[in-house]
Amino acid sequence: MVLPFYWMLSTSLKTPLEALKFPPTWWPSSMQFSNYRDVFQQIPLWRYFANTVLVTALSLFGVLATGIMAAYAFARFRFPGREVLFMGFLALMMIPLPVYLVPSYIILYKLGWIDTYAAMIVPWTVNIFAIFLLRQHIRQLPQDLFDAARIDGCSDWTTLRRVVLPLCKAPLVTIVVFNVIASWNSFFWPLIVTNSDKIRPLQVGLAYFSREQTTNYTLLMAATTLAVIPLILLFFAAQKQIIQSQARSGLKE
Amino acid sequence: MTRRTREALSGFAWLLPALVILLAFRVLPIGLSVRMSLYDWGMAGARAFVGLGNYAGVLRDPVFWQSLASTGWYVLFEVPLILFISLFIAILLNQKIRGLGAYRTIYYLPVVTSIVAVSVVWRWILQPDRGLLNYVLSWFHIAGIRWLQDPRGLFRLIAGPSVQLPAALRGPSIALLSLVMMGIWKGIGYNVVIFLAGLQNIDKSYYEAARIDGAGRWAMFRRITWPLISPTTYYVLIMSGISAFETFAQVWIMTGPPAGGPLGTTKVVMYYFYETSFELWRLGYGAAIAFIAFAIILALTILQRVFLERRVQYG
Repeated sequence: MVLPFYWMLSTSLKTPLEALKFPPTWWPSSMQFSNYRDVFQQIPLWRYFANTVLVTALSLFGVLATGIMAAYAFARFRFPGREVLFMGFLALMMIPLPVYLVPSYIILYKLGWIDTYAAMIVPWTVNIFAIFLLRQHIRQLPQDLFDAARIDGCSDWTTLRRVVLPLCKAPLVTIVVFNVIASWNSFFWPLIVTNSDKIRPLQVGLAYFSREQTTNYTLLMAATTLAVIPLILLFFAAQKQIIQSQARSGLKE
Repeated sequence: MTRRTREALSGFAWLLPALVILLAFRVLPIGLSVRMSLYDWGMAGARAFVGLGNYAGVLRDPVFWQSLASTGWYVLFEVPLILFISLFIAILLNQKIRGLGAYRTIYYLPVVTSIVAVSVVWRWILQPDRGLLNYVLSWFHIAGIRWLQDPRGLFRLIAGPSVQLPAALRGPSIALLSLVMMGIWKGIGYNVVIFLAGLQNIDKSYYEAARIDGAGRWAMFRRITWPLISPTTYYVLIMSGISAFETFAQVWIMTGPPAGGPLGTTKVVMYYFYETSFELWRLGYGAAIAFIAFAIILALTILQRVFLERRVQYG
């Protein structure tokens, strides 16, 4: 299972000549750390990193803001058409990407957003699954809590901030973790809405680099190693939460 | 203003941000997509109303059918293999072994790694002359498999060159099976975790009772584990089926040039949709492909529901 990761790392530290040796060597005969320096000269890797971090952070911010507000509305306010609207949201979740990708492209084009950060961020500032998860959680909170808050004169905003959110840690962590992984790794959408190196996120930049470098495996593996390290670190840091929340999402069905 | 109207208004106000985004980037595009599929629509906009012409064109298009067949083979090979391998590993890991956490981490690493990175690394591993896999196979005197470059169908290889098979029965190409192999490596960690959670939910007393009755390991699996884990199995089946249908980045990065090769045998539906829409800019035709593919997924999911859910035992 870990062999491909080992092979990536080991190739990234070889000289181009040694990488193409057959039979291959398991351990690089001399560590070429310079590959990691050279790859930054070949492609604007820092720029890709910055782009990915920016897109990941801003869409996460959007997902949390819209998700918390919508979930609170669905869980706590009574208004006509609430259930129908909620079912509508869930139905939208089932529609696969190709069905709305092309017209979304045209809409972004008309807005003049093609090849901008907005094209990668704004359409992904709502995550229906996040709304669903938070709504279920808020509905399970005891009514007494809300009554007490009202008696204390809390507005809805204060209730949300002081009472609801501190009790929503588990679903919020799940949403943060999954949204970060999804936006960090997303490929199809940014591939289509970007076309310059200044804007491209890491995955798209790496994919183009791999198409250009068909034989230079040492630099390619160095770039790939750098691209996977941040998420692997995140995974080790939040391993328990990731695996637990994923296991739960399977049980719910 | 009564309290009820005020509450309703605040409800809508709180919902507004999510609603606006979804209307602009989901609902509106879906509507527009229906319209586009009825036109000969290029990048410059609508050119001519063709009615259901695009749909008829897609259904007559041999490349579409080939891409559907490739996708079908991919799903048919990957999903059952993922299911059984991850259930098997989950059962092994469920034996209260030491270092369960470490194993789980190892299986899960490919899941958090991006499909782009995984594809880049596997393209290198599958390289026919210098790749790691062919080196390892050479220890067993297996040589010269040209993984991603071999368009020959599996069933044709098994049947031998003397048997003439119709195109539809030649089976997945070696190149497509290479993508399946990588997909299994990337996908099992996710399903092992789901199965482990399912296994840990089974009441231990069933196994104790079975042991007293003298049941063997296989009988316990057949009579206790398999029926009680069926809701999880069903979930895994649906989820891995959907994700297998969405195979795209692998094809873009690992196959070709031109991508989708050799001989178009890895051109799955998602890739064909991408090529039509964003390389040839036949947007109306692309929209029709998307709807037909969606209809097929929907039909398959409903069929699965009808035929399998009756055999799933909840609770």
